Amino acid sequence: MTGIDSGTPGRPSMDLLRFATAGSVDDGKSTLIGRLLLDSKSIFADQLAAVEATSVSRGYDYTDLALLTDGLRSEREQGITIDVAYRYFATPNRKFIIADTPGHVQYTRNMVTGASTADLGLVLVDARQGLTEQSRRHAVILSLLRVPHLVLCVNKMDLVEYSQERFHEIHKEFTSFATKLSIPDLTIIPISALKGDNVVTRSKDMDWYEGPSLLHHLENIHVASDRDLVDTRFPVQYVVRPKSDEYHDYRGYAGRVAGGILKPGDDVLVLPSGMTSKISEIDLFDKALQEAFPPMSVTVRLEDDVDVSRGDMICRPQNAPTPSQDIDAMVCWMSTTPLRPRQKVAIKHTTRTARALIKDVLYRLDVNSLHRDLETKELTLNEIGRVQLRTTIPLLCDPYEKNRTTGSFILIDEATGVTLGAGMIN
Amino acid sequence: MTVHADYRLSQLDELEGESIHIFREVAAEFEKPVLMFSGGKDSIVMMRLAEKAFFPAKIPFPVLQIDTGYDFPEVLSCRDSWVSRLGVRLIVASVEEAIAKGVVVDDGKTSRNRMQTGTLLHAIEEHGFTALFGGGRRDEEKARAKERVYSHRDDFGQWDPKNQRPELWSLYNGRIHAGEHMRIFPLSNWTELDIWHYLGQEQVEIPSIYCAHRRRVFERDGMLLSESEHNPLRPGETVEERTVRFRTVGDLTLTGCVESDADTIPAIIDEISIARLTERGATRGDDRFSEAAMEDRKREGYF
Repeated sequence: MTGIDSGTPGRPSMDLLRFATAGSVDDGKSTLIGRLLLDSKSIFADQLAAVEATSVSRGYDYTDLALLTDGLRSEREQGITIDVAYRYFATPNRKFIIADTPGHVQYTRNMVTGASTADLGLVLVDARQGLTEQSRRHAVILSLLRVPHLVLCVNKMDLVEYSQERFHEIHKEFTSFATKLSIPDLTIIPISALKGDNVVTRSKDMDWYEGPSLLHHLENIHVASDRDLVDTRFPVQYVVRPKSDEYHDYRGYAGRVAGGILKPGDDVLVLPSGMTSKISEIDLFDKALQEAFPPMSVTVRLEDDVDVSRGDMICRPQNAPTPSQDIDAMVCWMSTTPLRPRQKVAIKHTTRTARALIKDVLYRLDVNSLHRDLETKELTLNEIGRVQLRTTIPLLCDPYEKNRTTGSFILIDEATGVTLGAGMIN
Repeated sequence: MTVHADYRLSQLDELEGESIHIFREVAAEFEKPVLMFSGGKDSIVMMRLAEKAFFPAKIPFPVLQIDTGYDFPEVLSCRDSWVSRLGVRLIVASVEEAIAKGVVVDDGKTSRNRMQTGTLLHAIEEHGFTALFGGGRRDEEKARAKERVYSHRDDFGQWDPKNQRPELWSLYNGRIHAGEHMRIFPLSNWTELDIWHYLGQEQVEIPSIYCAHRRRVFERDGMLLSESEHNPLRPGETVEERTVRFRTVGDLTLTGCVESDADTIPAIIDEISIARLTERGATRGDDRFSEAAMEDRKREGYF
């Protein structure tokens, strides 16, 4: 592997962690991110100088680290974050991509977007207030999007005199709430983003806390095992045919491994045709690989000259998704025009695009209380509900809880081209 | 590439896989994609990724360069070497020609970098491109942090930051209407350091001006600019030879260099790792005019 086994100086030996945060101006999320960026030395002198100057001109007593992360001018003017913003920082062993989203209910779609690619979700609560509707909502969304790791940061511990008792109250309250959700891995950390307690280094004021600092936890969590390494799923994205003298007979199926470990010699089944063959080679540029696993982009060649095209799925004869035209899914609606039964939309699932008819809205989920509203027959902007669809061609899908790639889809307005919603297959 | 026992990918392998997936997705779904190639380090990485994405087939789309007339000769020669090695078709849209045709107006005050926008939009229309790959990274500048991988542009090539499509998982929505196009940013999640580590790993040709060399330079507005017929000296400015390198390449009348002894990629990486100024803030005159400079240019159709 590049970087890991090479002793060449200047080469990185690091991996990647994507995490999502959500929160409002008040709970200190931007300050926390600013702190992570600053303390990991990801802030440049000119950026810091600009933020210091702004803080002084606004009459603040301290440098407002939150200013480091607000982007577009309209947001600067309103003083709020209204979209998903991506930030980057790295420590010697790991690169981090933060999907930073606003926390209010009117930005649920942004939170869903940020969580869709995250390995870890970070929820913040203010130690003085404890769990709020907003922090519960974040946890519910992270759980719905099957983000495998969740970290609850109990922030502003400095304002509750670093009270162990207060921390335990919140700890207990959240753990009991979390039993209603699907959270494979939960960690709760008392911090002060403003003072830096337990963010990068362990706090001197909370010797009763024996766990890791937030950054230490983020650096050490194991994410490769969250991916499905058992069920082989290779959605064919593009057929590589060089049509050159040198590679006259080359026919490769390019795609990104969505599940399982592919090896030359493996028996494979191609859906939807149902034809079988064996993998002859797995190519990554000019190298022949011994194996390929998620999320690698490779080119697979088969022994037999079977007809395979974009939208097909390569899997194993004894382990294949069930082709289905009837889809039952949790859908987050992202358009101002409501989702209603009988509506026709385009659906994009892996590398396959089809048309779909909305058959029914079974219920609307209240993301604050988990209450199911069975009366509603439509979903409006930012609402999440259980929906049944019928597609024009079969989709080769898995339940989202099993595979986040083959279990997800987006809905597209055929007239305007905009993305209407995101779905997670049940 | 050898595989680690616990199926971890290095961050470069994961970024590479993500970018290759984007290149293939666009090639599969768009009628007329084109790769924007400036000869800068980001576009070198783009060429490398495109090469890998379709290997052993050739890159299935042409390469477009906007010639400002003020480009560094070292950059153009690197471009030519890449284009000939990969056997791709190169389309050059020239700012000079656009001025001559009246597509853009040279008022003597607007920089060539800014005039690229009009030239680019004209070229898109002329060739009917539906998808343009650009080397933009989200870590470059605040306005880019919220940019999508697929960034929709209207009939006028404009970007509407308030009306971006949500982008989930790796499911990209490439729907456009006639006359519209999509800007595609496969390097969205790469940082400046990732780019350099990758160039070091791949050992590919980059423009020589990125590495330390002796150059005749002069100081202007706190930046070191290259002596050139396009850069007439102003009163009080004097030329001297120094050891410098460029952190970005662009219009040579605006792109400054920094004093540096870093003459190899590992030395550049060491230098960047301790650098305390962002690459754009330090050496790009066009980003300095206002805090929202980049956002304004993006709205107009700049990358």
